[in-house]
Amino acid sequence: MQTPLKRYSAFAIAREALRDHTGWQRAWRKAQPKKRYDVVIVGAGGHGLATAYYLGKNFGITNIAILEKGWLGGGNTGRNTTIIRSNYLQDPSAAIYEKARSLYETMSQDLNYNVMFSPRGVMMLAQTEHEVRGYQRTAHANALQGVATEFISAQRVKELVPIMNINGPRYPVLGALWQPRGGSARHDAVAWGYARACSAMGMDIIQKCEVTAVRQEGGKVKGVTTSKGDIDCEKLGLVVAGHSGALADMAGFRLPLESVPLQALVSEPIKPCMDVVVMANTVHGYMSQSDKGEMVIGGGTDAFNSYTQRGSFHHLEETVRALVETFPMISRLKMLRHWGGIVDVTGDRSPILSKAPLEGCFVNCGWGTGGFKAIPGSGWGFAELMARGQSPLTDEFGLNRFTEGRFIDESVAAGVAH
Amino acid sequence: MLILECPYCGVKAEETELTAGGEAHLKRYGPGSSDDEFEGYLFTRENPMGVHFERWRHSNGCGKWFHAARSTTTLEVFGTYSAQTTEPPQEIKDKISARHPGWSWRDQS
Ligand SMILES: Cc1cc2nc3c(=O)[nH]c(=O)nc-3n(C[C@H](O)[C@H](O)[C@H](O)COP(=O)(O)OP(=O)(O)OC[C@H]3O[C@@H](n4cnc5c(N)ncnc54)[C@H](O)[C@@H]3O)c2cc1C
Ligand SMILES: [Zn+2]
Repeated sequence: MQTPLKRYSAFAIAREALRDHTGWQRAWRKAQPKKRYDVVIVGAGGHGLATAYYLGKNFGITNIAILEKGWLGGGNTGRNTTIIRSNYLQDPSAAIYEKARSLYETMSQDLNYNVMFSPRGVMMLAQTEHEVRGYQRTAHANALQGVATEFISAQRVKELVPIMNINGPRYPVLGALWQPRGGSARHDAVAWGYARACSAMGMDIIQKCEVTAVRQEGGKVKGVTTSKGDIDCEKLGLVVAGHSGALADMAGFRLPLESVPLQALVSEPIKPCMDVVVMANTVHGYMSQSDKGEMVIGGGTDAFNSYTQRGSFHHLEETVRALVETFPMISRLKMLRHWGGIVDVTGDRSPILSKAPLEGCFVNCGWGTGGFKAIPGSGWGFAELMARGQSPLTDEFGLNRFTEGRFIDESVAAGVAH
Repeated sequence: MLILECPYCGVKAEETELTAGGEAHLKRYGPGSSDDEFEGYLFTRENPMGVHFERWRHSNGCGKWFHAARSTTTLEVFGTYSAQTTEPPQEIKDKISARHPGWSWRDQS
């Protein structure tokens, strides 16, 4: 029997400080797989863990295993630049991303885990006439959707971000789409917070457990084969981002997406100089400052398929070259680390939350370059889809939209979109 | 950094000289085909972890389209060949089989 989880609190910090921090518990249990679960989730990234959490919290389903081939949060959830926003163009996107953003506002309290959500504001720069019109259109769409955004002038941009050079010459800043309640959160903490809450509900999080086959019987899912043996289940959720194609292949179907590397880099830490998140989609660059003081910079994706978790160097070069014009001071910064993650990109740049062609199997993927912000909303909707077979949040994101030509096109409006 | 040899002009081109054009050997479906065929052609991709056949254009060179066979997990290049074909040439298939015993060319749609 597990000992009940002690809550984190200011009192707990004081108590532990007085006894040399000997009383902290493991955040989640180590678990060995059982023979059978009601639900098996493949992939312990943010989306997989959030799905399990809301299956337990909203639907009382707790006989769940979450299987992870590496370590929890070691996929894209631990590799992204943590931008959270919901200023999308299409209604289904606004619904799920705004649901997610609003859940981020109270996530630390809900999970009793500090995810460091910081609604510092997200600014998407318009650096061409085309972008000005595009973002004005998005601001109008957001007004109708109930998402608080506004189109602001170049002058206002300069006031909010004094380190910015708005005069070009190559990419002058003409204005920006501003979402004051967008921002960032600590990505690892989001995964760890959900993991701790799932474990507290009695779910098994099994790391270093790679799924190698999906077993089926009579056209229905029966379970999975893993590096730790066979595990049976009633329902199976595939939530593996860049590896979705491989898992779909095991389950005998194909997906309309391709896997490509996306890269990010961080500078040496410097004093606070920018307290909003800035995205510049024309030049495929975006930047924010972490609490440690590092400038966190993200770039564009590679143009060709790859599973190597490292991208081509010239993409970093292009991103930094373009950002230096807008932020001249970063030319003096040393970059400390860079890394890549494999993102799963669909044709309309929108995710897939859907029943799979195999009965009992569900897929949550296609978040591509921008799914960190969606974690709680995606988990909320996908849990409902798995529990009830239907969810208003996920209805429009089914696989059938590709056959029916009913795209949720975010690629034109949002550029690279993170 | 990816380097591919253009089969037309023989230049060993570094990737900034090239433009990636996605999966090769897709079967094109047009009017009169079924919804599934059309969807498959437009959106469904092999996206393999391993051997991938793809289209490239020598855009900052001779400007021609060609095909490449490459591994998406190791970035090894098995060879490049003319785009005027519906299947990879035998020598490329042999090269891949030598590196990945048991591999076989399957009909991609
Ligand atoms: C460089 C970069 C920057 C980004 N920036 C942003 C941003 O600023 N804002 C934003 O919203 N989004 C951003 N994203 C996108 C975001 O990170 C992803 O959309 C999101 O994290 C996906 O979460 P996930 O849980 O679906 O996938 P992951 O976190 O990748 O989790 C999937 C898990 O499945 C596991 N897995 C795979 N195969 C198997 C198997 N066979 N068996 C068992 N387990 C398996 C993997 O090991 C992995 O841990 C960025 C991504 C990258 C790479
Ligand atoms: Zn050439």
